[in-house]
Amino acid sequence: MKKRISAMVLTGLVVSSTLFTGCGKTQEDTTNDSNVIELLNVSYDPTREFYAAYNELFHDYWKEKSGQEVKVTQSHGGSGSQARSVIEGNEADVVTLALAHDVTAIEEAGLIESGWIMEFDLDSSPYTSTIVFLVRKGNEKNIKDWDDLIKDGVEVITPNPKTSGGACWNFLAAWAYWQEQDGGDENATKEHMKKLYQNVLVLDSGARGATNTFVENKQGDVLIAWENEAYLSMKEYPDDYEIITPSISILAQPSVAIVDGNAKEHGTEEVSAAYLEYLYSDDAQRLAGENYYRPSNEAVLQEFSDQFDLNMNLVAIDDFGGWDMAYQTYFNDGAVFDQIYAD
Amino acid sequence: MEQQIIKVKNKRGVKVIPGFKLSLGVTLSMLGILVLIPLASVLISASQLSFAEFISVVTSRQVMSGYVVSISCAFLAALVNAVFGLLITWVLVRYDFPGKRLMDGLIELPFALPTSVAGISLTYLYSDKGWIGALFAEAGIRIAYTRTGITIAMVFVGIPFVVRAVQPVLEKLDRQYEEAAEMLGAGRIYTFFHVVLPELFPALLAGFGLAFARGIGEYGSVVFIAGNIPNKTQIAPLLIMTKLEQYKYSDATAIALVLLVVSFLLMLFINSVQLYMQRFSRG
Repeated sequence: MKKRISAMVLTGLVVSSTLFTGCGKTQEDTTNDSNVIELLNVSYDPTREFYAAYNELFHDYWKEKSGQEVKVTQSHGGSGSQARSVIEGNEADVVTLALAHDVTAIEEAGLIESGWIMEFDLDSSPYTSTIVFLVRKGNEKNIKDWDDLIKDGVEVITPNPKTSGGACWNFLAAWAYWQEQDGGDENATKEHMKKLYQNVLVLDSGARGATNTFVENKQGDVLIAWENEAYLSMKEYPDDYEIITPSISILAQPSVAIVDGNAKEHGTEEVSAAYLEYLYSDDAQRLAGENYYRPSNEAVLQEFSDQFDLNMNLVAIDDFGGWDMAYQTYFNDGAVFDQIYAD
Repeated sequence: MEQQIIKVKNKRGVKVIPGFKLSLGVTLSMLGILVLIPLASVLISASQLSFAEFISVVTSRQVMSGYVVSISCAFLAALVNAVFGLLITWVLVRYDFPGKRLMDGLIELPFALPTSVAGISLTYLYSDKGWIGALFAEAGIRIAYTRTGITIAMVFVGIPFVVRAVQPVLEKLDRQYEEAAEMLGAGRIYTFFHVVLPELFPALLAGFGLAFARGIGEYGSVVFIAGNIPNKTQIAPLLIMTKLEQYKYSDATAIALVLLVVSFLLMLFINSVQLYMQRFSRG
């Protein structure tokens, strides 16, 4: 009997050790060749096209500067779940996420050093965006501003702020509008928000999912969307959609940061810093503009004044007391967003 | 258990895989690494909540409604699967027709297809602008983004379970019984319900249970076709995801634990019904 048990334990150990060593092998051997350097950029949904182009730009720049071939791997998804994957061990060297709150979550997990928001210019937001409406050609429901979204029979598509960074910006932009309209009467604003979300037909979990619901599955009359997503849809189907800019919206500042813990381990600190720093160069800024992000460099932004409505009235996250405050007030369990759906 | 082991030992030369100790060792360690340890970690993570916190998480309105949506849709889907799965199996086993092999293989597609692909294509087809959904939309019926849509997605992922559970039993079922019943004067309906179905019932029940359990936990294919509106079309697994996105790991595992217990009780119930029926038919 004893023999049998020890045999079982032994085989168990052997099997599990081979399993674990088998799994652990993948990460090594990648940075040995000093001429090829690999970077993993964990980003959010709508940046796919921009970073595909930027990675090529950066590759050429870095090759010229240091002689190294840099190979950037991209990962995209909902901003919140991307941040979570980094916390749980996705070996990102840099993160380029939809909002500072998600980067802060990684910081709290100990992977990013505090003070990251000061590390790069303009609160570490090399490009910004805002929230606009995308409607179907002809704008049958005559949608011009936030007020029109709460009319009976208007179907709205927007993702869930609990799972989507973009949806938080949507929510706050709408909130800012009614706060102004209602003269700061919070209960009236809540009522308006409730009406808005009653008109929401599908609450997707991410911004790209919501765009697909609106564009591919042809659901709803209006999509509350990232400005750059709206332009991308326009570019793909120029005859099908119109962009409507509401009177009030929000200045969305996507955040970038080096994941210090991982970069140190991979020995990629220098190239990671350069990767994010170079986002502020004129070439990269122009590329951002071409991909419908608003360049944070004023001069480059002016070059795109035909493309963007630069006269929009934009509130900022600081008007809400920062992300921690906004989450506590609006998005945590039991906070305003849950109250809207409470009855 | 002990008896069986002795039996196997005595039949020298029959064993295909050698070494009882080795194979049991491998089995136990695989079971431990892949099933027991992850399940234990769910328990541990959920136990970080106090009992009161746990109750307040799993009984909050959105979560309760998530359970209701997931369980009721999964139950309905499993029922549909039991009926149509039986029909499909019958056709596949009892008839010969061109393309039968292909059809047999197609049944397993829901296993092989990535669930998100299934979800996206079902949504595309069943939305009120899609090919199938448009027909129903004319009659004023919305399928995608309602509980009907959720049920359809669950039917899709659950159908192979029923077919693959019933198929081998039906293949082995001797037609003599049916012939005997007919000669003794039983009608078709009587024969089906009193001769064929009792033989198939344990397998059908097993397939039903598997399809049901799969539906309760299904995320990938359902999340696209569900409208995800809180208290209406939000499924329980999505709430787990939502909690994870908010970095609330213990809340997420608390919701998962309840789902796990429900599935476990379900399996237990189905197994005991099977056991009871086996005794009954022998006695």
